[in-house]
Amino acid sequence: MEIFLQQIVNGLVQGSVYALVALGYTMVYGILGLINFAHGEVVMIGAMLALSSLTAMLGWGVPPLLAVLLSMVLAMLGCMVLGYSIERIAYRPLRHAPRLAPLITAIGVSIVLQNLAMMIWGREYHSFPQLIANNTHTVGGAIINDIQIIIFILALAIMAGLMVVVHRTRLGRAMRAVAEDQHAAQLMGVDINRVISITFMLGSAMAAIAGVMVSANYGLAHYYMGFLLGLKAFTAAVLGGIGNLRGAMLGGLLLGLIESLGAGYIGDITGGFLGSNYQDVFAFFVLITVLVFRPSGLLGERIAERA
Amino acid sequence: MRNAPKNLTLWLLFAVLLLLPFITDALLGRGWVRIVDFAMLYIMLALGLNIVVGYAGLLDLGYIAFFAVGAYCYALAGSPHLAQAFPIAFPDGVHLSFWIVLPMAALLAGFFGVLLGAPTLRLRGDYLAIVTLGFGEIIRIFLNNLNAPINLTNGPQGISRIDPVSVANVSLNFTQKIFGIELPSVHLYFYLFLAFTALVVFVSQRLEKSRIGRAWMAIREDEIAASAMGINTRNLRLLAFAMGAMFGGASGALFAGFQGFISPESFSLMESIMVLCMVVLGGMGNIAGVILGGILLAILPEVLRHSVVPMQQALFGKVLVDPESLRMLLFGTALIVMMLYRPAGLLPSRVRRRELDTDEAVERV
Amino acid sequence: MTGTGALLQFTSIGKQFGGLSALSDVSLHIQRGEIYGLIGPNGAGKTTLFNVLTGLYQPSVGEFRFNGTRYQAGKPHVLAQAGIARTFQNIRLFANLTALENVMIGRHVRTRAGVFGALLRNRVTRNEEQAIAERARELLHYVGIDKPAQTLAKHLSYGEQRRLEIARALATDPLLLALDEPAAGMNATETESLKTLLQIIRSSGITVLLIEHDVKLIMGLCDRVAVLDYGRKIAEGVPERVRNDPAVIAAYLGGEDE
Repeated sequence: MEIFLQQIVNGLVQGSVYALVALGYTMVYGILGLINFAHGEVVMIGAMLALSSLTAMLGWGVPPLLAVLLSMVLAMLGCMVLGYSIERIAYRPLRHAPRLAPLITAIGVSIVLQNLAMMIWGREYHSFPQLIANNTHTVGGAIINDIQIIIFILALAIMAGLMVVVHRTRLGRAMRAVAEDQHAAQLMGVDINRVISITFMLGSAMAAIAGVMVSANYGLAHYYMGFLLGLKAFTAAVLGGIGNLRGAMLGGLLLGLIESLGAGYIGDITGGFLGSNYQDVFAFFVLITVLVFRPSGLLGERIAERA
Repeated sequence: MRNAPKNLTLWLLFAVLLLLPFITDALLGRGWVRIVDFAMLYIMLALGLNIVVGYAGLLDLGYIAFFAVGAYCYALAGSPHLAQAFPIAFPDGVHLSFWIVLPMAALLAGFFGVLLGAPTLRLRGDYLAIVTLGFGEIIRIFLNNLNAPINLTNGPQGISRIDPVSVANVSLNFTQKIFGIELPSVHLYFYLFLAFTALVVFVSQRLEKSRIGRAWMAIREDEIAASAMGINTRNLRLLAFAMGAMFGGASGALFAGFQGFISPESFSLMESIMVLCMVVLGGMGNIAGVILGGILLAILPEVLRHSVVPMQQALFGKVLVDPESLRMLLFGTALIVMMLYRPAGLLPSRVRRRELDTDEAVERV
Repeated sequence: MTGTGALLQFTSIGKQFGGLSALSDVSLHIQRGEIYGLIGPNGAGKTTLFNVLTGLYQPSVGEFRFNGTRYQAGKPHVLAQAGIARTFQNIRLFANLTALENVMIGRHVRTRAGVFGALLRNRVTRNEEQAIAERARELLHYVGIDKPAQTLAKHLSYGEQRRLEIARALATDPLLLALDEPAAGMNATETESLKTLLQIIRSSGITVLLIEHDVKLIMGLCDRVAVLDYGRKIAEGVPERVRNDPAVIAAYLGGEDE
């Protein structure tokens, strides 16, 4: 029972990060019908930027809390510029090309970002400085620490904020209009390119935060961390119904739970044949299963609320 | 007799290919013959993937998994390794002849191809890409972890001491003297791979200009229109997956015999992407283009390795950028630039000129 | 092409999308050898009916029989095999293949060579390939495409692309040729020669189903016409009768000619 609770806690924390990243995939897909394959690398760049600026600022004697906030803002700004540039360079010229073309440029962007990061930050793992006394609490036998609590609450707050933006603002309305029908939106005077750029920037900002969260949670950052994370977040988006914002959130949390419960119990289920080192396989099985049996995802009825 | 010049070119090409290992050996050294051997393997892989991506238009990002299946197939059936898992049944491991394992490896990989193809039949291009990517990763994770509780794959350490390939009881791992000419192992493997590459080119060419090939291209161009024309898109997609996978599996078995050692590291996603790059860079659907892409991308990194490091050392006195990441950086950039400016590849799959002109009878109509 | 009577029979076909009913209780039958027209205002369900007929959609209720066999499941290639060939409203050629290849692909369903045939290229396969190419060239000529057969489909003119689609459909040796707005975007001359072509096709024994916006073309060409409105059949019969049907005038002509 304690293991169960512990895995639930871990799953929810991890899942909230997946959800943040999944939102980036789903927003872009909703608007452009395109899988932004390079999104995972944006997460990685966010983590690396935050890490570098944090280390630098701490070296200059900036108070820790301020340094954390500033470096997060910096990472977000950096990723927004990055997301904007990716769209301009790799996707916009191909908007009317066959579907495979933007996917291949996206792979190209991924490779470039990964290797640039490797050149700048090296192949080694970077440890994320521990800034707050990371107290642990015991809830019904499960252990949860401050960072996990912060991650979870912050993720929920950001998602709530996104929902407000999408449903209550002019920008959100424009986004929904473009998602519904680009041509009609254009006729109604919506500047499509601007909306698309902003969508990429919003998604990238969230990716940056997610990157900081992941590396703070595990205390590590690495040039290769974005690939698998991105893939899993994409899975989460598909699980929830790609193009659907609530779906991405639900999918993220669910995938986090599935993974951590699966890793916790796979040994028991298979009689010890497969161990927790198969954790990464779950996401792919979930992905394939969903696509085969319910390609539209859990919430993907293709109605209204696409952003 | 209009074909005479064409035939002459072919014969010249043939002669150059026969002499290639000797020329390479003389000019660049034996290490480069080995590199050329690997390039041949890559060309085979790229041609196999070309069937799936170039002809049928199905973007497969997990293609290397079939290469892995073939490689492990021969590694298990042609090495002492299985003695560890089944000491009683196979005290010395299994040592089947390469020529028995090769078709098995191809068939097994083909089976995996169908296994991957079946659940993804209804998926559109980009979804398919992600699912195949996931499939490739699953295979790799299993290879990495199937060393316990039964040691099947030996995990990350991989399997070593794989039997070399023998042709007519002549092991290709030792220098042989044929007609008084000394042929080192890498030369022997070169000829073996050359023969296989020729076979793969032949099969690709025949398929391309056939009823099946046309149906694949119809699916690539417009799946709905293809099915409205009576093409059973489900079966033909599966066939494309299976054919592509079989080529991958056969190349994998060759790879295992050539290297004598394999580990999951050789079958990472990056390898899948690399093979895809070869197809895309050269020109999807065009055999000559794919071969060109394979040669470029297999040789280029070696050239970089041999030039970038010394160059940096000369300029800066130390290595600032390691050639591996520089290579990948160039790949990534090349992919983007190609899609933006030359989406059809270096040698685009032609506006086919009079492709039927060998069929005299048809031409008169 | 033996026997007389109904080639195609729709019985109470209905099709729903979500909660919306695109077709309800549509029954009609097409006789062998006739040119049958289907008209109706935009959104009347013409294309939906067409997609049910060609296997792209599965009807929610009802059944249809073609050439004596009942069909249910949405499998386009099975219906093509059975002898229904179609064209598309917004031309769907294999754009990067040559005109000849496009038509040759149409022969797929009536030929057999498989992987082994392709690899061995034995006498049977060679003969078959030759026959396919020959028939394809004939058909290009038949529909009146004079450009070289090696021209890529996407480089043909609009009118030629429409004709190429017809040639490709004819290559499947259909009993029923179903055309989805073939005259859309054509000028008067092109429409006129299309009309001639359809008459020739019909006289060769192929039944034609025509969905059209161009009422004049329908009226001048069809033996019988059915009118759809809001997913229902509101009239059927010879063109003159239908033209004067008050329900049709109210629903269609009234709405169409501002």
